[in-house]
Amino acid sequence: MPTGRRTPRRPATSGPATTARGSDTPSAALSAEQRLELYYWMRLTRTLEERLVALYRQTKVVGGLFRSLGQEADAVGSAFALERRDVLSPLIRNLGSMLVKGATPVEILRQYMAKGDSPTRGRELNIHFGDTERGFIGQISPLGDMVPVMAGVTLSFKMRGEDRVGLVYIGDGATSTGAFHEGINFAAVQRCPLVVVVENNGYAYSTPTSKQTAATRFVDKAIGYGIPGERADGNDVLAVYDVTRRAVDRARRGDGVSLVELMTYRRKGHAEHDNQSYVPDGEIERWERENDPITRYIARLRDEFDVADDDISSIDERVRREVDEATDVAERSGPPTALDGLIGIYAKPPAEKPLWYREGQDSAVSAHERPEGWGTFNASSKASS
Amino acid sequence: MAEITYLEAIREALFEEMERDTNVFCLGEDIGQYGGAFKVTDGLLDRFGEARVIDTPISETGIVGAAAGAAHMGMRPIVEMQFIDFIASAYDMLTNYVATARYRAFLPCPMVVRGPSGGYVRGGPFHSQNPEAGFIHTPGLKVVYPSTAQDAKGLMKAAVRDDDCVLFFEHKYLYRRIKGEMPAGDHVVPIGKARTAREGKDLSIITYAATVWKALEAAETLEKEDGLSVEIVDLRSLAPLDDEAIQATARKTNRVLVVHEDTRTGGIAGEITARINETSFAWLDAPVLRVTAHDVPLPYAPQLEDFVLPQTADIVRAARTLAAY
Repeated sequence: MPTGRRTPRRPATSGPATTARGSDTPSAALSAEQRLELYYWMRLTRTLEERLVALYRQTKVVGGLFRSLGQEADAVGSAFALERRDVLSPLIRNLGSMLVKGATPVEILRQYMAKGDSPTRGRELNIHFGDTERGFIGQISPLGDMVPVMAGVTLSFKMRGEDRVGLVYIGDGATSTGAFHEGINFAAVQRCPLVVVVENNGYAYSTPTSKQTAATRFVDKAIGYGIPGERADGNDVLAVYDVTRRAVDRARRGDGVSLVELMTYRRKGHAEHDNQSYVPDGEIERWERENDPITRYIARLRDEFDVADDDISSIDERVRREVDEATDVAERSGPPTALDGLIGIYAKPPAEKPLWYREGQDSAVSAHERPEGWGTFNASSKASS
Repeated sequence: MAEITYLEAIREALFEEMERDTNVFCLGEDIGQYGGAFKVTDGLLDRFGEARVIDTPISETGIVGAAAGAAHMGMRPIVEMQFIDFIASAYDMLTNYVATARYRAFLPCPMVVRGPSGGYVRGGPFHSQNPEAGFIHTPGLKVVYPSTAQDAKGLMKAAVRDDDCVLFFEHKYLYRRIKGEMPAGDHVVPIGKARTAREGKDLSIITYAATVWKALEAAETLEKEDGLSVEIVDLRSLAPLDDEAIQATARKTNRVLVVHEDTRTGGIAGEITARINETSFAWLDAPVLRVTAHDVPLPYAPQLEDFVLPQTADIVRAARTLAAY
């Protein structure tokens, strides 16, 4: 067993499928427009996150900031394999999946800035929100829980005979949870139309996959559940689309659950505050240099599909404009009204009453209650008082 | 109309609700072919088929999570915990996911989690628990715990129709010991309303589930031997609590004893005591007292279980102390 410095995680240069099933390539049927659309979603994801970093540094983002840098292909390519009526459950690094499913940059920005007209009206953080109409279900922080939930979502499709498929993302880390096991097992037994996508990005917060599991490949877990599994290069958006689409097609045909492992790499920390001190020297730089999903896709678009540089740069320009406009709109939004915090815990009663010492007040404090000295001990002021 | 047991009343509610609404379905361990460990779901599979009566793997988190997902999409799942003790395995899913869904994500979660609860049955540490307090502490969940056959049926029907998650505690000691005549027609008991199990004027006992029957026995003794007129309030719903009923009985008799089978520390009696203290202190002639289980895991041997759990004699003794204060 390795101790001390670990061997750097090396970029996968190709995405070998692990089963014979992975022979057809649905991406061959994508139109030129659709191929550019994939690029658009990946670029939008990255540019929007870069804008969020700027807002974070201006302290306009209230909570933490989570990046999906280097994982845009995995998020976008997999979500693109779904139909409009299908439902997915994103994770914190699936901003791209949510955008594909119809979440808008304004919503994301309002959400991060805790605005009153954000999708959760200021109740939840970051990209934790959903919309069953558009087909994405808001995640929660305890990881693994969405697998049973999506088993139930897809069970309802089966029970009602609806032609719909579900997709749930799970990180390499959360495959260790009991919820993952219980959810995928339940769905497999019930033959729910569900695709479980394991995004293997190398780290769960600071913990490398080698400390998460003794298995060498997450896709091998499929065998234990009696379901097909396929592994693909998560940084090749077309390979991601292919492998996911094959699993989606199986689900749609009534062949039940599939496990998909996407090999990718998390180039930023768990969140913006994380300095990644646990990452071996040079590993991040190597992935950036050799295996950036957007750089790779641009090369493919040019070399294999004869896309002109102008077409790429006009998408970049469109994305910049859209993110600028969305930022202006989101920054104009106001904060929530304090009393909205007591609404909607139940259908009935529709709201909780303010506690008696808050009666007649429409906010808790006139300014932030953070007098000098809270949390710090100021010796000189103590001595002089 | 013939009387039916508490257990049959629950089963009748399940049948009627599944007949009424095709979105209602049941899932749980051994509930289908076997009919459930206590046979509550007996006959459902034959009537409704395996698409709507689902035998599941042993996975409380998986079952509760799947129910939540189906509920988001418009279904109305009823989950059985084989014993309510095992609900602890789904604690995260219930408290972090289900309870918060409407508030954080506007996701409706109309579902029922039901299961045999409570002691006095020599079930030992893992087949006797009353874990309701942990869930009434969680905003977003509703909790009911009936003591009569009529309420068992009526509250189950209300729970299935409620637009939020309702935890339905069934007392297994009462399953086949308590009978009642069902009201005709669509019998629904509203969640959040207590019931006066006995009118009285000298002191009040606020309780729920099996200890309602112990309190009724105690009240008979107290009337006969002490001439005391005891009022008994059966809470039925624990979340939300019926503040009006609690306040009304406290202000009527001015002496309140809270009784529950659950352990003492952090139990619901503490919450009720605090509420009476906050709203009705000036009406009280004595401190609010509690009769509860001791703070120990529930043991198996009759001598041990009987000592740990509250008994009728304890209620009599505490009520006498309260009356004499």
